[in-house]
Amino acid sequence: MSIDLQTVKKIASLSRISVTDAEAEAMVPELNNILGWVEQLGEVDVAGAEPMTAVIPNKLRLRDDAVTDGDVRDRVLANAPQAEHGFFAVPKVIE
Amino acid sequence: MSNLTDLTVAEIRDGFRSGDFSAREVAEAFNANVAAAKALNAFIVETPEKALEAADAADKAKAAGEALKPLSGVPIGMKDLFCTEGVQTTAASHMLEGFKPTYESTVSKKLWDAGAGMLGKLNLDQFAMGSSNETSYFGNVISPWRRSGGDNAALAPGGSSGGSSSAVAARLCPAATGTDTGGSIRQPAAFTGISGIKPTYGRCSRWGIVAFASSLDQAGPMARTVRDNAILLETMAGFDPKDSTSLDLAVPQWEANLSSDLKGKKVGIPKEYRPDGLNEEIAALWDRGIEWLKDAGAEIVEVSLPHSKYALPTYYIIAPAEASSNLARYDGVRYGQRDLPDGAGLQDMYAATRAAGFGPEVKRRIMIGTYVLSAGFYDAYYTQAQKVRALIARDFEQAFEKCDLLLTPTAPSASFALGEKQADPLAMYLNDVFTVPASLAGLPAMAVPGGLDAQGLPLGLQIIGKALDEQTVLNAGLAIEERAGFTARPEKWW
Amino acid sequence: MTESTYRIQGATGEWEVVIGLEVHAQVTSQAKLFSGAATAFGAEPNTQVSLVDAAMPGMLPVPNRECIRQAVRTGMAIDAKINKWSRFDRKNYFYADLPQGYQISQLYHPLVGEGQIEITLDEKNPDSSTKTIGIERIHVEQDAGKLMHDQHPTRSYVDLNRSGVALMEIVSKPDMRSPAEAGAYLSKLRTILRYVGSCDGNMDQGSMRADVNVSVRKPGHEFGTRTETKNVNSVRFVMAVVEHEANRQVDVLEAGGKVVQETRLYDPDKNETRSMRSKEDAHDYRYFPDPDLLPLELDDAFLEECRQSLPELPDAKRRRYEEQLGLSAYNAATLTADADTARWFEALLAEGARIQKKSEGEVAKASANWLLSELYGALNRLGKNLEDSPVGPEEGAELLALVADGTISGTIAKQVFEIMLETGECAPRIVEEKGLKQTSDTGAIEAAVAKVLADNGDKVEQYRAGKEALFGFFVGQTMKAMQGKANPQVVNELVRKALA
Ligand SMILES: [Mg+2]
Ligand SMILES: [Zn+2]
Repeated sequence: MSIDLQTVKKIASLSRISVTDAEAEAMVPELNNILGWVEQLGEVDVAGAEPMTAVIPNKLRLRDDAVTDGDVRDRVLANAPQAEHGFFAVPKVIE
Repeated sequence: MSNLTDLTVAEIRDGFRSGDFSAREVAEAFNANVAAAKALNAFIVETPEKALEAADAADKAKAAGEALKPLSGVPIGMKDLFCTEGVQTTAASHMLEGFKPTYESTVSKKLWDAGAGMLGKLNLDQFAMGSSNETSYFGNVISPWRRSGGDNAALAPGGSSGGSSSAVAARLCPAATGTDTGGSIRQPAAFTGISGIKPTYGRCSRWGIVAFASSLDQAGPMARTVRDNAILLETMAGFDPKDSTSLDLAVPQWEANLSSDLKGKKVGIPKEYRPDGLNEEIAALWDRGIEWLKDAGAEIVEVSLPHSKYALPTYYIIAPAEASSNLARYDGVRYGQRDLPDGAGLQDMYAATRAAGFGPEVKRRIMIGTYVLSAGFYDAYYTQAQKVRALIARDFEQAFEKCDLLLTPTAPSASFALGEKQADPLAMYLNDVFTVPASLAGLPAMAVPGGLDAQGLPLGLQIIGKALDEQTVLNAGLAIEERAGFTARPEKWW
Repeated sequence: MTESTYRIQGATGEWEVVIGLEVHAQVTSQAKLFSGAATAFGAEPNTQVSLVDAAMPGMLPVPNRECIRQAVRTGMAIDAKINKWSRFDRKNYFYADLPQGYQISQLYHPLVGEGQIEITLDEKNPDSSTKTIGIERIHVEQDAGKLMHDQHPTRSYVDLNRSGVALMEIVSKPDMRSPAEAGAYLSKLRTILRYVGSCDGNMDQGSMRADVNVSVRKPGHEFGTRTETKNVNSVRFVMAVVEHEANRQVDVLEAGGKVVQETRLYDPDKNETRSMRSKEDAHDYRYFPDPDLLPLELDDAFLEECRQSLPELPDAKRRRYEEQLGLSAYNAATLTADADTARWFEALLAEGARIQKKSEGEVAKASANWLLSELYGALNRLGKNLEDSPVGPEEGAELLALVADGTISGTIAKQVFEIMLETGECAPRIVEEKGLKQTSDTGAIEAAVAKVLADNGDKVEQYRAGKEALFGFFVGQTMKAMQGKANPQVVNELVRKALA
């Protein structure tokens, strides 16, 4: 499977990384190189193997339903590029 | 009195306790070394005042006859992947330039609570993606080592914990934290002639560490001796209810139980780790390592890890996939950089912000990860990789039916010159060929220096243990350390 | 089971509509699904946000047991398969209300598998038209934050208070065939959730909202292409969306066009749906198991506790009301349609049985009738509902007991009830203070009867000549003379005797 310029642009868009045409073009062989290399995994016989779910045997713990956090608006907004009236501000979104 | 900055963590701890020197003297000595080592570019942020503050607290406690903490008097370096409250945390990215967390990572907090002081935030590969520390937005870290014979080429300290390895090797700090996703503690330790251990996945809390690949990331110490690693790891490890993958287990007394007597232990030598064309000097070191462990009382057995050759491609599907999702939060809305071109809408802002905020290697991995998870490709890449990963883990399980630990080289070569492998991402990825399998299986693994190559550069050996058996790993490390007698240190040129 | 006969008449013949609903229900919990921040409605912006909810670097999710428990209980209430092994997946997309850049949800292994819900189309005749709607799955996921668009001319504002609140996504099978069925399904689902206590069902606060999947086909043909109308927040709107969307699709198809599989938005003001196609084309959610979380494994003790904690559910309750309490199908349906009503009724019943020393069955009919007519009538008039009724179940039971033991008549009871509503006094005291006790004193009643007959000699003659309808007149006049306080049975008896 090899990817073309169109695909690279689509992946970039899906990743929300703007790329110039030149950048996208440079990425075509680069990504194909890497993808071509990882595709060797296709030759592994995985019959009977379940995809790994937990690296080390461990059970998901559940926490109690108690309010232990929040009410820290200043800390939440402290690093915001743009915060106004207690909100994060972003360019207007038209829904 | 010998130079304070030549002391190990254990020596500083004990010397401070017995009154040989004050904590402040130690902190000032290391602060001075840090300030004088700009040429290494090991630090992104220096925090001499933090080191002094902790030192003064330790001195005061001692003067008052109060009980001292495990790391009282010991200053350390903190990899800039750990969020530190009020101190810029960037993951070496432009994206997070200026970001000052309002919280402290669990591991760093444990260290400060244990009395350690912070010398500064250490440079690394951007978002921990890299094996040479050439992807940092804040510039390359330079290894303190140089090739013998007057070649003054700047060498790679390894990655991603290259600031840590460089700083420890250059005596800018007696120890540092690292994180290891596919070898990022072990490979830089090997490149700079120091030791470092990645514990079992789940030993150290990931809470507050900027995430790269969640199912692989583990914090661990880097220091000049095995004992120092045991000391640091005891403080860094431990159950954290804030991390769902944290192991709810008591932390063993690794330091107290250190023993280089390996009688009754079987050491497995995985035959797949000796491919045709393995660097001869590495192969020779490996053989010496085998002899050292025999000398320590261990029995040597050959084992097979048949899926080893698939570990790297498996890793380069899983790690980028997780990273592509983990790094989606860097969008210029709540923190970090924002790039807002004229008239840009929300989605344009995201794309511009991320284009400007991420370096080329980070973008490359996000793109790979996005692709392997995308509609129509998920099963062929990601599901297949998780199945192969399960097989790799099974290989280890089967090998550990025949032995107690594995001995391998840490990296396929010694350090290389900066720029040498930059052009070819795949060549760079191959650096992690020996370290990645243990990461995929979540196993504890350690790098210890074994000797120098013909060019005078350090080479490391890797010990891989059973899950949760850090003690055997450390003990074998100690056995090698005692026998290798590695005393080489980089000559100061910076 | 009845087949729906709902059809849309098109130029080319009849069309059948096929409906499936994906309902997002906010799980009732103190704290969020993966963080300890509060979930209460209406707080100041970004005050119920933890660093986890804001997706700060290095923050990690830890699941809330209660949210899992409530989803399991809900699954049990709809007779669904509970998956003891499930796991969380990430759904990746970029939006300003989604701080992590992904929603933690469940795609591959949901917590709850297939179940079903029985709906009733005719409340007054519940047995004649029930239909079973299949449930595909229930999974647990995070809610997103909120975007505000009208506070600034060029900016949108982000409030993350809802970000990370636990939702159950309840996905039906495409089993509904009319707007009425879709409406009945959503109402019934809401009833069940409120009974179980897993969701407060407040649709106007967004606690429940439905994505409405609609397609049309010629009866008996393959399913057509469906559209999904997002976030519809009332039963009435769901029915309107189905009707509107089905007709729109029929128009498209009959004009020779094709229905486009797309996401649409409902505008209640204009009562129309419109395409959100612009947002749709780039979607590729790249679901994969969340590596920050391990698989969710539930043990038998946990499941058993969930099962034990389930209340009697509406269908069982309705059946019991009919079969054991002898209530009419309509009353049983009405009293069980809402958990709070049933709870109020059962308190009334228990107290009535206690005071009157009778079985609940013996006091059930009178209690049901009083609640549904007298109390509901009064509350309607006062613009109140059951929760803030000025008269509680204990007070109501006291009033009904006075009627049952003959202390007051039904007529007087109405008066007493009015006074109770006004003053908050209890019935026995009102009856006592106002002297409203009805009399069975035959002497006094006989005297009143005698006076009525004497005053109406002409009517007595007519009655005796055969105009028996006048009997009621004499009774009425006697009651009037007794100011309503005479025992009507005694009056009847004595009037009959006097006229004999
Ligand atoms: Mg949905
Ligand atoms: Zn959903």
